[in-house]
Amino acid sequence: METIWFILITLMLTAYVVLDGFDLGAGIISPLVARNHDERRLILRAIGPVWDGNEVWLIASGGALFFAFPLLYASSFSGFYLPLMIVLWLLMLRGVGVELRSHVNDPLWWSFFDFVFSISSLLLAIFFGAAIGNVVRGVPLNSDGYFFEALWTNFRVGTNPGILDWYTVLTGLLALVTLTVHGSHYVAVKTEGEVQNRARRVAFFGWLMLVLLTAVSLVATIYVRPQILDNFRIRLWGWIIPVLVFGALVSMPVLVRKGSDLAAFVASTAYIVSMLGGAAFAMYPNLLSASTNPSYSLTIHNSKTGSYSLSVGLVWWLIGIALAIGYFTFIYRSFRGKVVLDEEGGY
Amino acid sequence: MDSALVIHRLHFAFTITYHYLFPQLTMGLAPLIVIFKSLALWKGDERYNKAARFWSKIFAINFLFGVITGIPMEFQFGTNWARFSHYSGGVIATALAMEGVFAFFLESSFLGLFLFGEKRFGQKVHWLAAFMVFAGSWISGFFIIVTDAWMQHPVGYEIAGDGTAHLNSFWSLLFNEWALWQYLHNMGGAVITGSFAMAATGAYYLLSRKQEEYGRLFVRTGVIVAALASLFQVFPSGDRQGKLVTDNQPATLAAMEGLFQTESGASIVLVGQPDTANQKLDNPIYVPKALSFLTHRRWEAEVKGLNEFPRDQWPDNIPLLYYSYHIMVGLGTIFILVMATAVVLLWRKKLFNARWMLWIVMLSFPFPYIANTAGWITAEVGRQPWLVYGLMRTQEGFSSNVSAGNGLFTLLGFMGMYTVLSILFIILIWREVGHGPEFLGHEESTGRVFPAAAKT
Repeated sequence: METIWFILITLMLTAYVVLDGFDLGAGIISPLVARNHDERRLILRAIGPVWDGNEVWLIASGGALFFAFPLLYASSFSGFYLPLMIVLWLLMLRGVGVELRSHVNDPLWWSFFDFVFSISSLLLAIFFGAAIGNVVRGVPLNSDGYFFEALWTNFRVGTNPGILDWYTVLTGLLALVTLTVHGSHYVAVKTEGEVQNRARRVAFFGWLMLVLLTAVSLVATIYVRPQILDNFRIRLWGWIIPVLVFGALVSMPVLVRKGSDLAAFVASTAYIVSMLGGAAFAMYPNLLSASTNPSYSLTIHNSKTGSYSLSVGLVWWLIGIALAIGYFTFIYRSFRGKVVLDEEGGY
Repeated sequence: MDSALVIHRLHFAFTITYHYLFPQLTMGLAPLIVIFKSLALWKGDERYNKAARFWSKIFAINFLFGVITGIPMEFQFGTNWARFSHYSGGVIATALAMEGVFAFFLESSFLGLFLFGEKRFGQKVHWLAAFMVFAGSWISGFFIIVTDAWMQHPVGYEIAGDGTAHLNSFWSLLFNEWALWQYLHNMGGAVITGSFAMAATGAYYLLSRKQEEYGRLFVRTGVIVAALASLFQVFPSGDRQGKLVTDNQPATLAAMEGLFQTESGASIVLVGQPDTANQKLDNPIYVPKALSFLTHRRWEAEVKGLNEFPRDQWPDNIPLLYYSYHIMVGLGTIFILVMATAVVLLWRKKLFNARWMLWIVMLSFPFPYIANTAGWITAEVGRQPWLVYGLMRTQEGFSSNVSAGNGLFTLLGFMGMYTVLSILFIILIWREVGHGPEFLGHEESTGRVFPAAAKT
């Protein structure tokens, strides 16, 4: 039962990264691809009706994590106290940046909110990447299951690391580039003309960086945490994951060049899904690895809640997510197609 | 003041109090917007759509602030109250996780359609979107109340081998009697905030003699709904809530009422200052025997005073609890008086010319915020010294791995952030109210006369 919840929560978090990932990416590339007021409005319209719903996947994942693995929720949220709070502030700024820009007709007001929107999107991508890096690398858990990490110590990967060390900075940059490419694909799908061309160019240069960083971080991860290979030795079917990563990486620039932006978006989605899936596969059954003593690690077995609520939860979760997928399908279908600057649509 | 416990308490108290300023208006306005949309469909009158459009602009700004100040709340159980989360996550996280999948997805999905889809998808879909946003916000409120109700009155759980609480009855958790009445009382409070805001905006238009047609619509809708909701807050919802406190949290009741000594035929204090050191009330103005009647339905019934309970079970801030409770009840009484008067004037067709009354209606909109906040302080300070009533004390629940220094750092950060948000909010709402409903775009008038305008 706890394995099912491990998979479900991985799926929810992956859905979050894929969905909010493209609107974060749109924010990151907005200064590069949208050069004037109307173009910036186009970007905002492309994500406007959906960004809030996308962000709900983060909240819902947090709720599901709290529900299924209360000890993990308690330990990781308090241990990652400072970076989480910074992420919360950035999420606030980003919401303000998206939604308040259009309320006042003044170029200074627009510039300010453009900046807030882009910088918060960029920093969020880096922080989310660093968060994944921390989970993969392991944290200094005590015997009671708690820890506290400073923002940085000496930037080395050791038994007493900070949130930011060279490895997590690397994963942060990887996330930044990933979401840049993913967001560029989305913007290319939703726009035409100059903005679309610029988005495709950003996607291509981003892709070059992405190939480089994927290779570097793969080597770095095996160096920092050799144990991640264990599950690949036991369960050989896991090797399909690196094949998928490779396939997605190779197909992205080909598809962009062919002008199949939607297919390229699917490819970057596949890249994100397989990377996160690979991380979850390698971690299992650990949820949070201890850098101090492996026996202190939080696993799905020592963090789970009672089996009654996990079983009941499966019922309401399936109903709730089926409804949510229904709403999302409806909304994305409703707002499908290229965005234009007609009178309705806001921003 | 520098202990980690105090900082974590202030952290949660500050962020939740600020956050709840927004959802109460969201949940209060949502049904009123649905009413306007329904009237527009039913009567085929475009002006109801214009009214709905105007309020949806206010709603959108308010909703955004509710969302961005609400995200931290879902995280703060873990960040600042880790030991509590570990202990009670097996129960309350069911409610919180359900809120995510049943409420947040619903409201966030349909909000975009509601705000940007009126012309594109037509009036029926737009009505549906408005209704779904309303449903989402009210479902969300329900799950939060279920969470708080479990902390007030734990049910449907067992203590597992590792000492944490595990759910053993899903339906007992959801249909906790405490949750039912607390929910109704809370939603009544939200409707009061929404309807007062609507009435006050209308009164502003009438007093400044602009957009008077909409001014009349807003005042009429606002005062009728506000009068009904204010009555509902006293009976049945407030009365039943009080009964639950009497039966389940007797020490809290004694502290709320400032009742230090057990009394038969206890009187209810309207005004007075509690002196905890000498265990008495200074300068009391009271109604004899009323407390006994309200709590036990008998004039001579005995009501337990604080002297019946060991000191370590007294709420730890009796004056704050006493005052917040009295402010809530006092304001609630004033709301009934104001809105009943307004309804009588409306019925006699004098309200729109009674400028003195319009002034009162206009200036009264902040007070529901104060009453709602005071009500929540009553509930949460009243639960002290317990974090989960009877099971876990507040000092056992905070994140002991997060130091006071780190806690204060982020508390100050939130204070700064929320100061900026407050300024932005006031500027934007002020601009929207200044524009008013009259000059909003998308006119598709059906050409019918606004019936209300002719009659009043």
